[in-house]
Amino acid sequence: MSATPFLVLSAILFTIGCVGVLTRRNAIVVFMSVELMLNAANLALVTFARVHGNLDGQIAAFFVMVVAAAEVVVGLAIIMTIFRTRRSASVDDASLLKY
Amino acid sequence: MVSRTAAHVLLQESVPVVEPAAADGVFTLLWLIIALPALGSAILLVGGRRTDPWGHLLGCATVAASFLVSLVAFVALLGRDAEDRSVQQHLFTWIDVFGFQVDAGLLLDPLSALFLLLVTGVGGLIHVYSIGYMATDPRRRRFFGYLNLFVAAMLVLVLADSYLGIFLGWEGVGLASYLLIGFFQHKPSAAVAAKKAFVVNRVGDIGMALGVMLLFATFGTTAIPAISRVSAEASDGVLTALGLLLLLAACGKSAQFPLQSWLLDAMEGPTPVSALIHAATMVTAGVYLIIRSNFIYENAPVAQTAVVVVGAVTLLWGAAIGCAKDDIKKVLAGSTMSQIGYMMLAAGLGVAGYAFAIFHLLTHGFFKANMFLGAGSVMHAMDDDVDMRHYGALRKALPVTFLTFAMGYLAIIGFPGFSGFWSKDKIIETAFDQNLYAGLAALLGAGITAFYMTRLMILTFLSEKRWAAEVHPHESPATMTVPLVVLAALSVLGGVLLLGDWITEWLTPVVGSEEHGELPLPAIVYTLIVVAVVVVGVAAAVLLVARRDIPREQPQQVSLATRFARNDLYGDRLNEALLMRPGDSVVRSMADFDDRFVDGAVDGSGIAAAGMSNTFRRVQTGYVRSYALSLFAGALLVVAALLAVNLA
Repeated sequence: MSATPFLVLSAILFTIGCVGVLTRRNAIVVFMSVELMLNAANLALVTFARVHGNLDGQIAAFFVMVVAAAEVVVGLAIIMTIFRTRRSASVDDASLLKY
Repeated sequence: MVSRTAAHVLLQESVPVVEPAAADGVFTLLWLIIALPALGSAILLVGGRRTDPWGHLLGCATVAASFLVSLVAFVALLGRDAEDRSVQQHLFTWIDVFGFQVDAGLLLDPLSALFLLLVTGVGGLIHVYSIGYMATDPRRRRFFGYLNLFVAAMLVLVLADSYLGIFLGWEGVGLASYLLIGFFQHKPSAAVAAKKAFVVNRVGDIGMALGVMLLFATFGTTAIPAISRVSAEASDGVLTALGLLLLLAACGKSAQFPLQSWLLDAMEGPTPVSALIHAATMVTAGVYLIIRSNFIYENAPVAQTAVVVVGAVTLLWGAAIGCAKDDIKKVLAGSTMSQIGYMMLAAGLGVAGYAFAIFHLLTHGFFKANMFLGAGSVMHAMDDDVDMRHYGALRKALPVTFLTFAMGYLAIIGFPGFSGFWSKDKIIETAFDQNLYAGLAALLGAGITAFYMTRLMILTFLSEKRWAAEVHPHESPATMTVPLVVLAALSVLGGVLLLGDWITEWLTPVVGSEEHGELPLPAIVYTLIVVAVVVVGVAAAVLLVARRDIPREQPQQVSLATRFARNDLYGDRLNEALLMRPGDSVVRSMADFDDRFVDGAVDGSGIAAAGMSNTFRRVQTGYVRSYALSLFAGALLVVAALLAVNLA
């Protein structure tokens, strides 16, 4: 079985996530886009693990999932706090930390 | 022309090597001579106001005790054979680092013994005089502390057995001189004069410091006995350099041309200081240094010639200044420069002149201290006025001062029989014997000396009374007149040192002796010529000063020569034009370079960094999306670079 379709799907997903991060203003959507990019990377890892016939890539994918879960916990908490104080979840509103 | 090696042999015979014996018996007490005044000074300066009531007495007592010990040592030396009259006392190892060892030790020989008596004897008299002179000064105790410090430092200078030890005393007397010139510190002129003396002396001290270093580099030691044994082995160039460096040092300390300018300003100090430091003792240290280094000068004829030239120039320079000043102390200061010029001249004449230089140094110490103290007594009577144009006819009001001053006057002009007559006559005679021009300069100096000292006598003690009505001159107290009387007696009788050539024989173990060359004329003819020149000088003063009206104000319509002399022959102007202004502009241009280039580079790089930061901080917009974009762009760049590398 060819690995190409899986890698193409992974690239498409990564690009969608990337564009989402760069263009969307809602923090939740940006967050989801980040998750999309992570999972695109997972897909590529698992595909290559299959191609090479070992488990290294799969183990890396598990690590990515764990880190993503932890990130979601912290990230959502931050978004919640920002929303509570500013009544907005737009990432452009939270731009006070600058020159 | 004698070849150099032959000359060496000759010189080695004429300049004795210093070979001291270890101190024993009374000589083990030598260290006390220095320790006593040093202790006195420490007690008075550290003790503070508690010592005020008896400070002056302690100050006198320590110097008197020091004089007694010196006298005992001197008598003990007298009792020895001529060749055994050199004693060295090792005190402790002063400096001991790898390859460099200096012992603190004392060297008593006929030369330093005479200096001991002069410093402690005249110094003691001046201490006693100061009790009366400074009686009303609230800081009298401090004054005595400084005086004791000076005496201790001067004794270190003359007793040290190594050049480093001499250097220690040399700097010590410089410090004491600075403190005492500026003693009336509330007067800006005194503070400036003290600073000037210190700075000018520093120029000379550079010569001293370099000389000591060169001595160590050449001979591996600074000890006088060791160097005197091997000095002739050094090369001509080194010996000449040493001679010139030590001459520079001597010029600074002894106020010789071209470093003479500080002495006249030094008269801002209290009069006893002028008498002790700036007439009798410290300013003669240069002469001592040159005679102490005779083993160097004897092998460095160029340096010796330089000494003679410096002496001759200064003796005329000082005398010229003395003729035009109206400040009694400045006349005496000019005279001091001139008389030390005589000593330098004699010291530069070599073996023939050393003993007479010391002889004149001693008699000058007596009569100049006497006259300075006399001037102090006059100032005391005239409410500290120093302008001789305001004096006149003081012989009646101050009989003791007048008589004692007159003894000093007769001694300095060389009135037959008085001490100065013998010493100056010997120098002039020796000068003629060695070099016609040196002799003529010394002879001319004698005439000018007679002129300005007679002028001083006429303006101060004779002529008409010119003082203001509210001034009531009165004779000074006994503490001041007794030292005057003693010094006057010494001024008259100082010539006895020459009886039976005692002083030349006494100094022979240190400075050597030389057969007197054949003079073209008998010695008595020279003496007659000198006396004739002196008479001409006195007569000129009588005609030009006593026979005319003496205005109370200094006349401004005067000849060019007078104007020159009144301004110290523009010595200060010369220093300013030759040294101060060029030095100033060098420093200014260096500061300018520092401001423009060094500071410019440092400031410029700072400003550039700040400007770049200002520009680049605009990147920090605060928008998460723009950070994410730069992240992706960076990642793309990395990937592109990897691809480029892999595909290439």
